[in-house]
Amino acid sequence: MITVQQVSKWYGDVRVLASCSTTIAKGEVVVVCGPSGSGKSTLIKCINGLEPFQQGRIVVDNISVGDRATNLPKLRARVGMVFQDFQLYPHKTALQNITLAPVHVARREKAEAEDAALRLLARVGLTEHADKYPAQLSGGQQQRVAIARALAMNPIAMLFDEPTSALDPEMITEVLDVMIKLAEDGMTMIVVTHEMGFARRVAHRVVFMDMGEIVEDRPTTEFFQGTVSERATRFLSKILQH
Amino acid sequence: MTLDFGVIWQNLPLLFDGMHLSLVLTALALTGGIMLGAVLAVMRLSPLRPVAWFAAGYVNVFRSIPLILVLFWFYFLVPVVIGRPVGPFYAALIAFALFEAAYYCEIIRAGIQGIPQGQRAAALATGMTQPQVMRHVVLPQAFRNMTPVMLTQAIILFQDTSLVYVVTLHDFMTSAAIIAHRDLAIVEVYIFAACVYFALCFGASRLVGWFKSRLEVSR
Repeated sequence: MITVQQVSKWYGDVRVLASCSTTIAKGEVVVVCGPSGSGKSTLIKCINGLEPFQQGRIVVDNISVGDRATNLPKLRARVGMVFQDFQLYPHKTALQNITLAPVHVARREKAEAEDAALRLLARVGLTEHADKYPAQLSGGQQQRVAIARALAMNPIAMLFDEPTSALDPEMITEVLDVMIKLAEDGMTMIVVTHEMGFARRVAHRVVFMDMGEIVEDRPTTEFFQGTVSERATRFLSKILQH
Repeated sequence: MTLDFGVIWQNLPLLFDGMHLSLVLTALALTGGIMLGAVLAVMRLSPLRPVAWFAAGYVNVFRSIPLILVLFWFYFLVPVVIGRPVGPFYAALIAFALFEAAYYCEIIRAGIQGIPQGQRAAALATGMTQPQVMRHVVLPQAFRNMTPVMLTQAIILFQDTSLVYVVTLHDFMTSAAIIAHRDLAIVEVYIFAACVYFALCFGASRLVGWFKSRLEVSR
């Protein structure tokens, strides 16, 4: 469903992505990990066209992202994205955060969009918080609203950019639980994260990146047990130490 | 020396007319200034270089010359250019609106730029187009953040309307000055004028404070 072919990207002279290639099938859950600055966030932002890239090709559901003729808003409407720092709209309630795009982008009736939003809030366990503003919610609750907001457009795939790294430890589980449920429901997901427990439990594949390169791209069990590169081993030993 | 504030009562209609002019001029110049300022702000943020330069030039010119000079220009020069008098009220209104637009442009631009890039990315990621992101996500937050500064600028504008005496208009301050000198009640009238300005401007700045505290709560 998502194909990344030989994608390279530069910021000026600095190469941040080096000829990255991978394929994500429908229903597949892929975890992307790697040291900070390795290009993982940049890579998933290229997938929905939030970041331009200079070389290679990314195809999402038969649409080429980098093509000038591609209607990017239309493509993005079909790919959900969740950010590290939630980025809920502070001037709107949880419910309004979720209905904004369905009403203005998908042109759904307001009442219909609100019904759907309430169902999504129930799914992430926040029914009673529908009318609260982001500032009145904890980080974990905000991130769950953000997931509901992304799901409201009925995406064909979901991109997660370090969804738990800005959270206090006690809130990480509530967000991961929602993501695990989503994965078990068959959602196609690309998740940039260091939560190796999550990767072990639901990921079909793990991609390891370093210095803009995809160093490892293996089935999950193989990644954690098998013969992995020295760079990946060093990274894993660092994050699994404690 | 005895003070006789009776002179205020006798001249209340004249003072009232002056205040009316000050308030109308402030309101109209404010509306025009904010509308033109918003257009200039969008131009300044435009990726098209010449458009951005034009707006930047406009702002720099108007911020570098005294308001009183702008008033003179529009009162004396515009009639020469268009071949007929525009009248002092319209000359003053145009001058104020154009002058304020330069300041409002900068306030609005700062407000738009103050919205984190992540908000735009999040909105774009849901499939919104650039204009939709502006309309539903960036501008509502920007205007909310700008309200205190905009009100402060409006207070300054209100005080600045006292400059219209140079184009023969009678605002509140000018009316007060006329009465003070004609009726030889300089102390009384100027104390009264100061009190009125203080009450209005202090009241408005309290309003600014209230807005600010509300913004902090909702953040």
